[in-house]
Amino acid sequence: MIGTGILKGMAVTARNFVGSYFEKDRLITVQYPEERTPLAENYRNFPFLIYDTDDAEAGLRCVACKICEKECPPQCIYIIKSEDKKPDYMGKPQFYPAVFDIDISVCMSCQICVEVCPFEAIKMDKVFELSRRERFDALLQRKRELSKSNTYYHSICPTEAAEVDAKLAEAAAKKKPTPPPAAGSAPAAEPTPAPVI
Amino acid sequence: MSATIQTLEPAAEQPTRLPPQMTSRLDGELLEVSMGPQHPSTHGVFRMNVALEGEIVRKLKPVFGYLHRNHEKIGENTSYLGSMPYTDRLDYFCSMTNNWAYALSVEKLAGIEVPERAEYLRVILAELTRLQNHASLLGFLLSDMGAWGTPLMYAFREREKILDLFESLSGSRMMCDYMRFGGCRVDAGVDWMKLAKKIVDFFPRFLDEFENLIVENEILIARTQEVGKLSAELAINAGITGPMLRACGVNYDIRKVDGYGFYPRFKFRVPLGEHGDTYDRLMMRVLEMRESIGILKQAFEQIPAGPVMNPKVKIRAFRPPVGEAYGRIEGPKGELGFYLISDGGTNPYRYRVRPPSFINLTVLEDLCLGHTVADVMVILGSVDIVMGEVDR
Repeated sequence: MIGTGILKGMAVTARNFVGSYFEKDRLITVQYPEERTPLAENYRNFPFLIYDTDDAEAGLRCVACKICEKECPPQCIYIIKSEDKKPDYMGKPQFYPAVFDIDISVCMSCQICVEVCPFEAIKMDKVFELSRRERFDALLQRKRELSKSNTYYHSICPTEAAEVDAKLAEAAAKKKPTPPPAAGSAPAAEPTPAPVI
Repeated sequence: MSATIQTLEPAAEQPTRLPPQMTSRLDGELLEVSMGPQHPSTHGVFRMNVALEGEIVRKLKPVFGYLHRNHEKIGENTSYLGSMPYTDRLDYFCSMTNNWAYALSVEKLAGIEVPERAEYLRVILAELTRLQNHASLLGFLLSDMGAWGTPLMYAFREREKILDLFESLSGSRMMCDYMRFGGCRVDAGVDWMKLAKKIVDFFPRFLDEFENLIVENEILIARTQEVGKLSAELAINAGITGPMLRACGVNYDIRKVDGYGFYPRFKFRVPLGEHGDTYDRLMMRVLEMRESIGILKQAFEQIPAGPVMNPKVKIRAFRPPVGEAYGRIEGPKGELGFYLISDGGTNPYRYRVRPPSFINLTVLEDLCLGHTVADVMVILGSVDIVMGEVDR
């Protein structure tokens, strides 16, 4: 009979409408600015630089090796290497970035800088409300704005941060017979296998 | 690239292209309409120069290139790894399958082995991609037909769940950048697998409802059956692939033909159409989703534990040997292939994409001739294009 197909479809619509009041599977949206769904731990958006201890300048892990600048597919990282050296977390004198800029408008959050970094110095952040009022200067994130503490890293990615700390502590123990206490606010992490990157 | 109105000739000069039941109503005078590039149902910035006789399409010329962003040249100027995130942006609905096709061709080029668990993960992610691509395509198609909102929202609701899975695994909903040469970037945990199983188990309920909503709907049948018929001969000659080819009754599925990945280990059927019209193309997607669910269930049972990345592969300064390779997969839209020529350096010498949407779009004129303007939108929707892939 003509019209039965349409009536069947309307039954589906009615079931979905009523169901949206009772079943979470049928209504999965939230009222965004007021309600937020928790972000997945793997969620990534825009990189940041990690520093140990409390000093954003002295504790920066980055040694300005420029690998991320070279590997970045859209070429959004700009680094100038320092003239002098400062001691890193193992006490070894290292270069540091005099300038480290990332352009928000160019970065596509692909995570390749994190994968290629041999010093665990750059990690992915979870901020996504990155809109800015101005077009030019505000879009270029400088070293000061990019630097975030290891504590912050632990707060956004606890599992991964613990793995990274364990790896760094292991490397420090190999280099020195008496290792300094693990950098930052590293909680006691059981030895986990290195993350597959 | 730019087609001007003047290039369209009146239909009187080509009487053989007119279907016999159509008579010339306006003494051969054609009205030329430029549909697009900003048209809500062109699925992106896509323009069609249409010559109309009354409401009937007599000529159609697709114009594209508005979204061209030099993908292939960028691929030749970045490292092999650096192209991976760019492949996400080709067909932004199916970044996982794009990643896989590119990884497959690089693996062929350099002869890289992939661990077993990674192969299974790839199959799982590709089939999840197929589910969400087909679901959203059906929603868009019905939206093109005038069923505003309802089917699209139902489809997007299911797609949302799959995108959340992608996000929790790879870090991003659409720009996954998940696969690497020789495996996958991160392993899927136990919780992820449980959640994925739950979503896949729930998916048939959505399909049942969606079929109830559309399959017998009289309006949908009137709009799609016998509209945009594609013959098997033309489909083969024009190089059409994917669900669009199978809707014409040609049994050609690269998952079966090439048996890439671990697809030979799975039992699944290839649904075939009979008439090659829009209705068949639409139903092809529904049936393929059912088969995908079967593959996913088998994969969840069979997936072994183990590493997901080949430890021998260097991510940085990756230099494959001199040679060339073409890796292709059955993407949700058709055959997606990457052709790479290596000169031994860190960048490919030549990087070429064989996009399914672009090649499937080439027969658009043949599908649309003799139909009304309103049908053009439906036919275009059933071709399943994404402009990111057409223009590259």
